[in-house]
Amino acid sequence: MSKQYKAVALISGGLDSLLAARQVMEQGIHVEGINFYTGFCVEGHTHAIRKQHRARPRRNNALWVAEQLGIRLHIIDIIEEYKQVVINPRHGYGANLNPCLDCKVFMVRKALDWMNAQGFDFIVSGEVIGQRPKSQRRVNMPVVARESGAHDRLVRPLCAKILPPTLPEREGWLERDKLLAFNGRSRKPQMALADQYGFEDYAQPAGGCCFLTDRQYSRKLSDLWQTRGERDYDLDDIMLLKVGRHLRPRPGFKLIVGREESENRYLEGYRRRFVHMIPVSHQGPLVLLDGEAGADDLELAARIAARFSKGRDAAEVTMEVTGKDGTVRKLMVAPLSSAQIPQEWYL
Amino acid sequence: MSSVNVDARYLLCPLPVIRTQDQAAGLRPGDCMRVLCTDPGVLHDIPCWCRIHGHTVADISRQGDEIAITIRVGDGGAIPAGSVDVSDV
Repeated sequence: MSKQYKAVALISGGLDSLLAARQVMEQGIHVEGINFYTGFCVEGHTHAIRKQHRARPRRNNALWVAEQLGIRLHIIDIIEEYKQVVINPRHGYGANLNPCLDCKVFMVRKALDWMNAQGFDFIVSGEVIGQRPKSQRRVNMPVVARESGAHDRLVRPLCAKILPPTLPEREGWLERDKLLAFNGRSRKPQMALADQYGFEDYAQPAGGCCFLTDRQYSRKLSDLWQTRGERDYDLDDIMLLKVGRHLRPRPGFKLIVGREESENRYLEGYRRRFVHMIPVSHQGPLVLLDGEAGADDLELAARIAARFSKGRDAAEVTMEVTGKDGTVRKLMVAPLSSAQIPQEWYL
Repeated sequence: MSSVNVDARYLLCPLPVIRTQDQAAGLRPGDCMRVLCTDPGVLHDIPCWCRIHGHTVADISRQGDEIAITIRVGDGGAIPAGSVDVSDV
């Protein structure tokens, strides 16, 4: 009786990893999925916070992919370990603070550890040569295989035919001829293959799955590191960077202003850790004050906060300010006009 | 049979799924987990996770912002999709 070979597939929740896993399953390989949670993933929590994301399906795309494929999915919390990838990427950043090549190496290495611990035989990845500007360049494909330690146990079924044969191909666990030769940035071959398999409603592809690829998010993270004087973060830090408007009017503090009711509710969970303010004479958002603010700073913060309330055109808005120790006081302030808030205050 | 609670309140998906998954790893078929959550995303994600791992969602209830999902641990075989209707929760 021939051996049942087993592969662990990196499942991001996007189309490429769905198709890559499916390609290998078609050859009789037992496949289980693995998905890594870094804290920077766009899906998952974003739809829970912002109304504007509610048109998207309320689902975790990696789980959805696993269910479409009929495979198990193991979601691994790598928040702590991932810090070193973000803070000190050996291969540097992409256009923003996205350490895509280091990220790929790290995830394949983690998958390799899992593969060895579970007695699986090889790793499947949905990479396509030329699909992404940094991590999926042809020249970087061997870098990922080598630096992760996976070497020729890393199979990229979507472009395998234009890469050197891997161990599963050489040993006949996989038929190389049945694998694919996708190449370049076009998504059309993947979409055609998805149609062929009958996959519909898959997550829209490429580029939007990680906050670190977002220019504005990266700017806020840079500001956080600069203000603290060290490149470090915890989960709450990176979650809060996803929520609200962030304004830094003075070096010592910044404001996080809820943009809608659901963001206000989310920020509510953090208010005990921050000096916070809310308008009481008019409707308006909850505002967290991150940093140290003197009396002048507090008044400036209140005037900015009042600007985002329904009293923005009123002569005076009453703000209720609560300290970290729970003491409450009221400040009557004149809201700043839009022109009085310089664009550079916005992070 | 044992029954355990998982407190995943104030965590956003997929962390409630991860906490549930990690707890389930130490349980045996027939054991129960009651997962407390506040992210409405769990109404989709936890039943989906249960389906692909062969666990059963025995009950879902909601009180204010809190959602309680009771899961009976399966023996590893997958169960049909859509065994619990969460549309009215």
